[in-house]
Amino acid sequence: MRTVYLDNNATTRVAPEVVEAMLPYFSELYGNPSSMHFFGGQVARKIAEARERVAALLNADPSEIVFTSCGTESDNAAIRGTLESYPEKNHVITTRVEHPAVLNVGQYLRARGYRVTELGVDRMGRLDLDELRDAIDEQTALVTILYANNETGVIFPIEEIGEIVKARGIPFHTDAVQAVGKIPLDMAKSHIDLMSLSGHKLHAPKGIGVLYIRKGTKFSPFFIGGHQEGGRRGGTENVPSIIGLGKAAELAIEHMDEENGRVRALRDRLEKELLDRIPNTLVNGDRDNRLPNTCSLSFEYVEGESILLLMSDQGICASSGSACTSGSLEPSHVLRAMGVPFTAAHGSIRFSLSIYNTDEDIDWVIEKLPAIVERLRDISPFWKDYKEGKPISSLMAGIHPEHTRHR
Amino acid sequence: MWEYTDKVKDHFLNPRNVGEVENADGVGEVGSLACGDALRLTFKLDENKRIKEAKFKTFGCASAIASSSALTEIVKGMTLEEAEKVTNQDIAGYLGGLPEEKMHCSVMGREALEAAIANYRGEEQKKQEFEIVCKCFGITDKEIERAIRENNLTTREQVTHYTKAGGGCQACHPKIEAILEKVWGREKKPAAPVPPPGRKLTNLQKIRLVEETLQREIIPPMRADGGDLELVDIDGNTVYVALRGTCSFCPSSEFTLKKYVESKLREFVGPDIVVKEVKP
Repeated sequence: MRTVYLDNNATTRVAPEVVEAMLPYFSELYGNPSSMHFFGGQVARKIAEARERVAALLNADPSEIVFTSCGTESDNAAIRGTLESYPEKNHVITTRVEHPAVLNVGQYLRARGYRVTELGVDRMGRLDLDELRDAIDEQTALVTILYANNETGVIFPIEEIGEIVKARGIPFHTDAVQAVGKIPLDMAKSHIDLMSLSGHKLHAPKGIGVLYIRKGTKFSPFFIGGHQEGGRRGGTENVPSIIGLGKAAELAIEHMDEENGRVRALRDRLEKELLDRIPNTLVNGDRDNRLPNTCSLSFEYVEGESILLLMSDQGICASSGSACTSGSLEPSHVLRAMGVPFTAAHGSIRFSLSIYNTDEDIDWVIEKLPAIVERLRDISPFWKDYKEGKPISSLMAGIHPEHTRHR
Repeated sequence: MWEYTDKVKDHFLNPRNVGEVENADGVGEVGSLACGDALRLTFKLDENKRIKEAKFKTFGCASAIASSSALTEIVKGMTLEEAEKVTNQDIAGYLGGLPEEKMHCSVMGREALEAAIANYRGEEQKKQEFEIVCKCFGITDKEIERAIRENNLTTREQVTHYTKAGGGCQACHPKIEAILEKVWGREKKPAAPVPPPGRKLTNLQKIRLVEETLQREIIPPMRADGGDLELVDIDGNTVYVALRGTCSFCPSSEFTLKKYVESKLREFVGPDIVVKEVKP
């Protein structure tokens, strides 16, 4: 069966060039980069090269690159490492639409006596920067705000935010896991102090991440151990993956124009055709400030898991913000924070593309998906009523539709 | 990805009895758009007051659609008295089981059936005394209590998997804990299914444990094969049962009794249990 992989915000294919670059480090080049002998030393030089390549992608200094095990570790290290450096302060500012790697650290901190302010977003998924200005106080130890949203692709105005935060002398962290490799970043001109990224979102393997730490930023190591990574992250280096990420960073620079040109065009065509062919379809998020590869659509009156499974039957891989896919019963916190109505939130599907997608992939989805949605709408008790203009009975609409999360 | 059985997949990909029965005798609507799943069940009776036709329309995930499809297949040909006895376990059993997080889909099926029967009889839908415990999903204390009893639920997480209650804002968690405590009493949390060795069961405890084990472990898979079993009596350690459905004339029924029913009861009730068949 044909596989059409449109779930690249979940994870990406490891680039063949990356695999090739990694292979020797699983076999003959197995030395420990910390060793004094030539055998480990040659590996240390390759790691230094990989660090330079990652730095080049971010226009940062290689000394500012700390290799970690994943995006989640980078987020934890950034947030908890910063707070440890400011023990006299007890306030953190973040948003309601973060990845769980930040959101749940916020919950953890709250349980330990921190004040955590979660900034809201509007219907398009945008922040109100005045809310940020008002939230900052003398006790604020850290502001941590997502660069680009994994579900909707909405890009926050990170430099504007950084300017506000830095003007108050507060450290600024951003989780840029979805942004790196898809849009150009320039640390030399940035206000970001700490930034997380993850290898497997940009065609490197799983199990490798980076925490960018700007020179002069106060930071207490989260992993305490050997002197690796300049004492900022103990533990013997994951050599093959670091080499792989170096190669992936090099490729990302080469492919940046393609991501923003050809991939964006594919995404736009997919979105336009689906909107044209499937009635009652909505786009979630600010279409003017989005990652070039992401498209979140809501198909009203049908449920996301059913769509995913029927698409999967046709070889199409995507993901959903529906409650039923997570076992959590409530639809995605991102869509809820945006105030997407229940009629649409349960039927949300995220398509996320990569440079490996082709025109044929998009054609396949455009051909298959309208029939899938129609089939599920025929089963849905709401669709016929909706089309006939009947009101949904109050019983079926939900007893407490106005009820929102309150904690 | 969920681990759905082939039967769930089949009923999702090829749902039976989709639609609405014209001039239905009974209509049951449960769930809601807000909750993420909803089911409208309609049925028509024949001249013998048996369900001649049952159809569904469902908004929800794969297991909600499959549970609805299974429900319509189960109740076809039943009298309303028989249909009333259908439990959510029957629906899940028919499908070869559901992931625990999805059991609420089978509960939704049973509730729709009840609502449709009540509608046929002209009863006011659920106008009895109740309190809405879970405000996110509009789940009442009565519904929670019933799911706890019918499925031997002992933890708050289980209650959420079976009814959705508590799966939203979580503010009702203390209330759910209180209902669990009320149902099972302060000390005794049941369904520590294996009795500690040497524990002496009172007669009442033994009867309850046998019934629970039959309902939970033994009958659902038998029903999935078209069979059934009825508990007739318990005398000391001897459990008398009658086989029904396809089991009653199955040549290997003796084998079923000894190898399956008896071994399950020995596992969950006590090592001395003997199972005997009562012939009709």
